[in-house]
Amino acid sequence: MNTAVIHPFILSLVTFVPLGGGLLLLAFPRRDRDIKVFALVVSILTFILSLHLPVHFVPGQAGFQFEVNAQWITSPNIHYHMGVDGFSMWLVLLTTFLTPLCVMMSWRSVHGPVKEFFILLLILESAMIGVFVSLDLFLFYFFWEATLIPMALLIGVYGHERRIYAAVKFFLYTMIASVFMLAGILWLYAHTGSFDFTVIQHAIQSGSLQLGSASKWLFLGFFIAFAVKVPMFPFHTWLPDAHVEAPTAGSVLLAGVMLKMGTYGMLRFNLGLFPEEAHRNAPWIVALAIIGIIFGALVAMVQPNMKKLIAYSSVSHLGFVVLGIFSFTTAGIVGAEFVMLAHGVSTGALFTLAGMLYDRRHTYEISEFGGLATSMPVYSTFFLVTTLASIGLPLLNGFVGEFLVLSGAFRANHIYGILGATGVIWSACYMLWMYQRVFYGTFRNNANRALVDVNARERATLWPLVAAALIMGVAPLIWTRAIEPAAQAFVSNDNTAAHMLPGTPATRSRAAQASLELHESQVSGQ
Amino acid sequence: MIPSTDYIRLLPELILIVFGLLVMLIEPLLGEHNNRKGLGAIALMGAVLSILASFYQTGYEGAAFFDMIHVDTFSIFFHVLIGLIAAVVILASFEYLNLQQIRYGEYYGLILLSSVGMMLMSSAVELVLIFIALEISSIGTYILAGFRRNAPISIESSMKYFLLGSFATAFFLYGVALMFGATGSTSVYTIATTLAQGATPLAYVGIALMFVGLGFKVASAPFHIWTPDVYEGAPAPVVAFMSTGPKAAAFAVLLRVLFATEAPGWFWLIWASAVLSMTLGNIGALVQNNVKRLLAYSSIAQAGYILVAFAAAKDIGISAVIFYAAAYAAMNVGAFAVASHLANVGEKYVTLDDYAGLGRRAPGLAAVLTIFMLSLIGIPVTGGFLAKFYVFQAAMQSHLTGLVIIGVINSAVAAYYYLRVIVYMYMREPQRDVPVLKMPFALGVSLAACLAATIYLGVLPGRILDYAMASARVLVR
Repeated sequence: MNTAVIHPFILSLVTFVPLGGGLLLLAFPRRDRDIKVFALVVSILTFILSLHLPVHFVPGQAGFQFEVNAQWITSPNIHYHMGVDGFSMWLVLLTTFLTPLCVMMSWRSVHGPVKEFFILLLILESAMIGVFVSLDLFLFYFFWEATLIPMALLIGVYGHERRIYAAVKFFLYTMIASVFMLAGILWLYAHTGSFDFTVIQHAIQSGSLQLGSASKWLFLGFFIAFAVKVPMFPFHTWLPDAHVEAPTAGSVLLAGVMLKMGTYGMLRFNLGLFPEEAHRNAPWIVALAIIGIIFGALVAMVQPNMKKLIAYSSVSHLGFVVLGIFSFTTAGIVGAEFVMLAHGVSTGALFTLAGMLYDRRHTYEISEFGGLATSMPVYSTFFLVTTLASIGLPLLNGFVGEFLVLSGAFRANHIYGILGATGVIWSACYMLWMYQRVFYGTFRNNANRALVDVNARERATLWPLVAAALIMGVAPLIWTRAIEPAAQAFVSNDNTAAHMLPGTPATRSRAAQASLELHESQVSGQ
Repeated sequence: MIPSTDYIRLLPELILIVFGLLVMLIEPLLGEHNNRKGLGAIALMGAVLSILASFYQTGYEGAAFFDMIHVDTFSIFFHVLIGLIAAVVILASFEYLNLQQIRYGEYYGLILLSSVGMMLMSSAVELVLIFIALEISSIGTYILAGFRRNAPISIESSMKYFLLGSFATAFFLYGVALMFGATGSTSVYTIATTLAQGATPLAYVGIALMFVGLGFKVASAPFHIWTPDVYEGAPAPVVAFMSTGPKAAAFAVLLRVLFATEAPGWFWLIWASAVLSMTLGNIGALVQNNVKRLLAYSSIAQAGYILVAFAAAKDIGISAVIFYAAAYAAMNVGAFAVASHLANVGEKYVTLDDYAGLGRRAPGLAAVLTIFMLSLIGIPVTGGFLAKFYVFQAAMQSHLTGLVIIGVINSAVAAYYYLRVIVYMYMREPQRDVPVLKMPFALGVSLAACLAATIYLGVLPGRILDYAMASARVLVR
């Protein structure tokens, strides 16, 4: 069969197969086993379908690929426009990769109605993929809001003690922030007559749409929606609550994918549509990102709760992503994307591991543990590898991204690089300290002596994550091959805009130089 | 001699009157303890026939009865909408009346007759006729509000609604009189041509007074005080009816009066009322524990969103109003239908605590109510999302950035109290034993209709939107 035939449909398929599976589940009788198996089959099928994207992706080709563009509603002019570039494609893959694992890790740990849990999980997957592939602002907002409800319900129904508080807080924070983006989207539509990302981008670049004084507010409207989602300091307070209370699968998807919706949005819209404003606002955004890196790490260090620690480490890691994006260098942007993917895998793995411990001991308190390396050797090894990946040990995935981000940041401003680099040290401190307290030493609690090591299902959940972490660390080119052209497109788009901005000596040759150094850094990364 | 096409242009109303009177006539012949479901079936037939008649009217657009009514796409849309609301409410009332021991067939008759008034409101182009239609629609709902005769709270509701309502219609009439004084006519189109040559202060006062009357009907601030009390006391299906039907009709009148006459000085009136309605409605709803009161405050806020589209003006604004009215009717009737089912005998269970744990006790019903709540918040895949989107988009097209920002912030605040209902249903443990009755067939049908409409408007809004746009063009010509 000629695979090109399905190119126009592949994105729709990947997006809606999970939703279709979820709707089919509605009709299932309440036999938990069947439901779980079906959810697993659907999510694996989605993953296999999504593999079509990197296989047939043409790295050098400009613009979006696998595009589908059809009129959905004539008035207002709303299109069903989907497409991916190097950034969004890998985020889609990340989503489809994590979801089957989420199904597997939830096999025995759903506290509540099982059927609804997996329906929500599949609906959530559809909505998240939709966010990454949408090229119509209306469609984007549609999926963006659609992710809220399943996630809020997953936290609120299946979470731990303070779940209601966490769910409502999560929902309101994100909802309130995203209405500003809605106002921005409507403003753009009112002035261009289109919700289409490419049309609007072209209108702004060609100067046919003069943003004038509105551009500042548009930039901020989009930015606040994304900054809360990321979450950037000082909008991060919903995240620890949501993570601590969420069920394991919810945490994994929240940290693994949903936070990236925020950074992806910054890249696509804040940088893609308003490069001038991005430059103008970069200093304080970078400052917030660096504060996030350091503050997140410091707060993580003192957390007595394992899940909270991982949650704050996310704040710190996502700070790197924002730093990379707003360094406006190819290396920085490629690095940012790579950190997103690496963080998705390694933090996903960390939450999975924490969840397994919770299944056994029903607590996340670090002080409850100690000496686990004796009773659970295999588990401890998995945890160690994941910890090292998260810290950014060379040959594992965390290193590549952070290195690129820091080299990009360094080029943008030495101070950025120096301050950001301290984050790497901090992360080693809190992660290794936690590892030491949980796994080494003597048994402080006798319950830990008799803990059973990971079983076959849990191993099957962990292996793909650890393997991905290793492959990403050893062969990052597989990923950066597709990401780099997209990043260059951003930088060059950004430079044409930067020319208009006085006092910014960014030039095309500098972008070329950045890309050259990117290659060098990749070599050293290996 | 009145040509026969004129009667076709009045056909839906005539059908409703015939069936309404039929119900009234059969009622005394029934034994005291007989079931009134048969009368309901007759009323339902009347409603369905009038919807069909409205569709039939598409071939007969034009003026009738000495230019008193005007049949156009706009009026047909509202006829169908009101007919549907009446039909769904009648369906939802079948079991409700039995349950509450309300054995009065007039109930169905009154629903049909007040629908006559609402339908006339949407096609009338003459202020005096509009006033009469307004009265017809109001009097029916005044009585309906008091139908739980054993409950003092219902009597209070009816009384309050009646007193304040008559006061408001008096304002409207006063406005009509002043308008007549200012322009020498009560026909909307003649007024338009006169006002085009310049408006006198009298006309401004007239518009303002008419707005007071209609603002009361749509429950927009600052004329909203009655809403929570009346909604709390009135029978739940009646609330479903009067929170959507008269509202839709009054919005239709507002559209005609404001836009067809090119009324002067309305902009800031609407602007202020929209902001007040959204803000006061949402703030009021935040602290409610009674679901009916919560939905009452929410309906004030929803009226505010619709008024935002008014402020946007011209065709896109009007089509946004029309679309919103349809989506709002679907989700609100649905929400009240669920509430009426859960309320049980004597409407005992109407607080949020009674909804705790509903997700486990009645998963289907809880899921349906969740979808209506999500639609009221404005979450994608539901009609409520697109409706809000169009409203704000229309306002943005007219460069009302400030109003849009106030609106979107309000809709984010509103998410909290709708979400609370969902939180109670799924995340709280039940406080006391609240029985959930088996879902009767008729109510199931009406809920399915509301659900289908809510989802349909959220996923494939194209046809309705095109129709709304066509109706809007008729109005602004």
